[in-house]
Amino acid sequence: MDASTSVETHHDPDHHGANHEHHELGWWRRYIFSTDHKVIGIQYGLCGLIFLFFGFNLMMLMRWQLAYPGQPVPGIGWIFAGIQTFLDNHQAAAGQFDYWVWLRGLISPFTKGVMTPDGYNSLGAMHGTIMIFLGVVPVAFAAFGNFVVPLQIGAPDMTFPKVNAASFWAFGVGGVIMLVSFFVPGGAAKGGWTSYTPLSDIADKGPAFHPFFNGQTLWLLGFIFLITSSLLGAVNFITTIIQLRAKGLTWMRLPFFVWAQFVTAFLLLLAFPPLEAAIVMQLMDRLADTSFFLPSGLIVNGAQANISGGGSPLLWQHLFWFLGHPEVYVLILPAFGIVAEILANNSRKPLWGYKSLVFSVLVIGFLSFVVWAHHMWLTGMGTTVSAFFQTTTLLISIPSVIILSAFFISLWGGSIRFTVPMLWATAFLPMFGIGGLTGIPLAFNSADLYLHDTYYIIAHFHYIVAPGTIFGLFAGVYYWFPKATGRKMNDFWGKVHFWPSLICMNVIFLPMFLQGMLGMHRRWYDGGQGWGVGAEHVWGLTGFQWNQPISWAAWIMGLAQIPFIINFFWSIKHGEKVNDNPWEATTLEWTAPSPPPHGNFVTTPVAYRGPYEYSLPGSDKDFTMQNEPVEPTERTRRKPAPEPVLA
Amino acid sequence: MEIPYTISTRPDTGLWNAKIGIWLFLASEVMLFGGLFSAYVFLRLDAQPGEWPHGLLNVPVGTMNTAILIASSVTVVLAWAALKMRRYRAYWWYMLVTILCGLIFLGVKLAYEWPQKFEHFGAKIKKEALEKYEPYLGNHRRLEKGLEPRIEISGHLHNPEALKDPNIKEYEIALDPVNAEANNPAMDRPHFLYVPPTDKIVNIEKEDVERATMFLPTHSAYFASYFTITGLHGLHVLGGVLVFIYMWLPVSKKVYQRNPEHLANRVEVCGLFWHFVDLVWIFVFPLFYLL
Repeated sequence: MDASTSVETHHDPDHHGANHEHHELGWWRRYIFSTDHKVIGIQYGLCGLIFLFFGFNLMMLMRWQLAYPGQPVPGIGWIFAGIQTFLDNHQAAAGQFDYWVWLRGLISPFTKGVMTPDGYNSLGAMHGTIMIFLGVVPVAFAAFGNFVVPLQIGAPDMTFPKVNAASFWAFGVGGVIMLVSFFVPGGAAKGGWTSYTPLSDIADKGPAFHPFFNGQTLWLLGFIFLITSSLLGAVNFITTIIQLRAKGLTWMRLPFFVWAQFVTAFLLLLAFPPLEAAIVMQLMDRLADTSFFLPSGLIVNGAQANISGGGSPLLWQHLFWFLGHPEVYVLILPAFGIVAEILANNSRKPLWGYKSLVFSVLVIGFLSFVVWAHHMWLTGMGTTVSAFFQTTTLLISIPSVIILSAFFISLWGGSIRFTVPMLWATAFLPMFGIGGLTGIPLAFNSADLYLHDTYYIIAHFHYIVAPGTIFGLFAGVYYWFPKATGRKMNDFWGKVHFWPSLICMNVIFLPMFLQGMLGMHRRWYDGGQGWGVGAEHVWGLTGFQWNQPISWAAWIMGLAQIPFIINFFWSIKHGEKVNDNPWEATTLEWTAPSPPPHGNFVTTPVAYRGPYEYSLPGSDKDFTMQNEPVEPTERTRRKPAPEPVLA
Repeated sequence: MEIPYTISTRPDTGLWNAKIGIWLFLASEVMLFGGLFSAYVFLRLDAQPGEWPHGLLNVPVGTMNTAILIASSVTVVLAWAALKMRRYRAYWWYMLVTILCGLIFLGVKLAYEWPQKFEHFGAKIKKEALEKYEPYLGNHRRLEKGLEPRIEISGHLHNPEALKDPNIKEYEIALDPVNAEANNPAMDRPHFLYVPPTDKIVNIEKEDVERATMFLPTHSAYFASYFTITGLHGLHVLGGVLVFIYMWLPVSKKVYQRNPEHLANRVEVCGLFWHFVDLVWIFVFPLFYLL
């Protein structure tokens, strides 16, 4: 790998010849500081899954506070209450360094085991940040993209292996900074995952806080690393897809997953930098006392703030949502890609409307840059601006509906195998459908005025990201696991994972639509108990009482992930051994050995046909792989019959 | 295992990998600086009359820096061309000039322009006290002529301790020419050449001052965006210079000896980055110095 960018001869600058030997790499270089796309993909995947579980745990704590507000959180609350008693007995003397400062930061969201309002905000902000930027994006884009894309296009690796490793390590640093922020005085960031100014500008700032080691500043610093990471990844992905496609693998022969990742990479490449600009400005606001986002005459704690003013809180929202909306598609497009692969494979027929899918995904990519202000109907941008963004928002639903329809039609007339990946993929379709359709009322600013910032919104976007994207990710894990390890995950435990997850997801999020329509605000830390809203009974419970079944469903869903975790690690060593193409799929990654060696393919693959040639008429098996040459007889067979001549 | 098309071009795209990579990276950079520049536009359009300062930067020095940066863009192309013609010696010299240009640019910025601002002082006068300082503001005349009002008195602060010490009730300032001859029509437009503070000294009571700071980022939205954008641009210049130094050092001569095309490609890619950094400055210069 060291030789990947160096060259020894003038005549054949790129190739050393077939028998080039590279020295054996040590364990550290092979598994930790690796530049191999497969190892990096797996690293991203493991880290991302761990972060997903961690973010989910934060939410499970919040669900306790919503269902039983003001009561000590069982388990962790009791432990933290114990720690608090211990710390109260170990106060540092005046002027002495407090060795337990980090522990005080960690328990700061709780007082005697009860979650504080600030603590609730902090957990909420970090739940969103971790789930999106440290969980779903790394798994959906970086893990699957890194592992699968080069294999699917028949490439030996990414174009820039070292940049790829740098991308992973930048992500690692960003993740560590985010985790460290739980241990600083005052706890992690509390401004929501959107970090709206001026609140986040002035939060955790002042003489009681360290200029760097406070939740919000660390959140911003962590983001700079995460943005760098996705920038490096995006450049690498696009270049790889353009340059390293195997011979014969033309654009319209690319698997849909590759297209989805290609568009996703463009979204990351172009949407993240404006947020980086905004983050630099917010850092300046916090560290150099500028007022990019602070308006003139701002009053903080009853006193005029010592700022120059002249800034604009709305500016932050524009820059944030300029990332934020494409980011939504960064979350969903890779899942579309995974689901497409699995649907075609398990319905044993070609994906319906491949070209419309490709063009839809491109149109989505473009339109996602001009819809951002539909997150800001309530900011008073004016009716003209609102009308524009309302129109584009409705426009973008068209390609999304095309994609979903094409997926449904792909199932029509197929001989469907309900393997574990297929279960997740089929569940994805209605779940994403619910999420998408419930978004349409939000696209109209008149309807959104009522629904904005209620649990309706929470339900809407979680239907897209949780039972949508995350189901897609589970589908992908079960589907490509044999390629990464040479073994299959256990089917029975896969189903034990799937069914409770599906049921619990719906018990969690369906009632939230009701709560939202009753007017329950998404940021109430007591579950709406103290607000008298939602006293009406819907389906036998008041808006507040619905919190309890929702919370129980969330905790049961937490338990339902345990079979997955055990199945995942157990199968690495003990799963059923399978051949290189256990799903009888057609795309190029299944021509490589499982697990693929360094350099991926035994023979350089050549593509002769489209990605989803299932059940080809006249073929002796129901799948024809992309690297199988087109036989002369096949050409005549596929030619359409001549039109009958009418007399 | 080798990655294909690291140096030779892929026939159907006609490009080698890093060339696509750098253009994509630059697209992302355009969005980064685009975000900052749109923030500048947003803040400037939002500014109240008189709040957006003019003529505070040193135009000749800025012009010189612009010329230096453009010159370095030319020399980096010459360096690349020299490599293409396999003239390593010429490459070495052109590269050296490029590096020096980058360093001079940074030196001027960090050792002269920025510190000069940090030593400058401005006091924004409260609305009700504007009349009291009319001789130094000249707002009556400006109002008649339809010009934006002046709301700040600036110059050299004689008692910097006044910024911290609440017992000192006044700021003692050697006025800038704009405030010293507030009613002189020559002061209506910013000066091209730098004019130092005059020796006309004025005391401003703290009670009359809304906010007083040195010309730091915290001074105003203008200086906030000036320091942020030029700071980020400076970091880009620094990054470019560091990479150029690496390509100029003997390490890279080995690359050249193995395959001159490889080094030429590297220089081309970094040259593209350097042109981009240059281009950003071409936007910074008029936006902050001239407009």
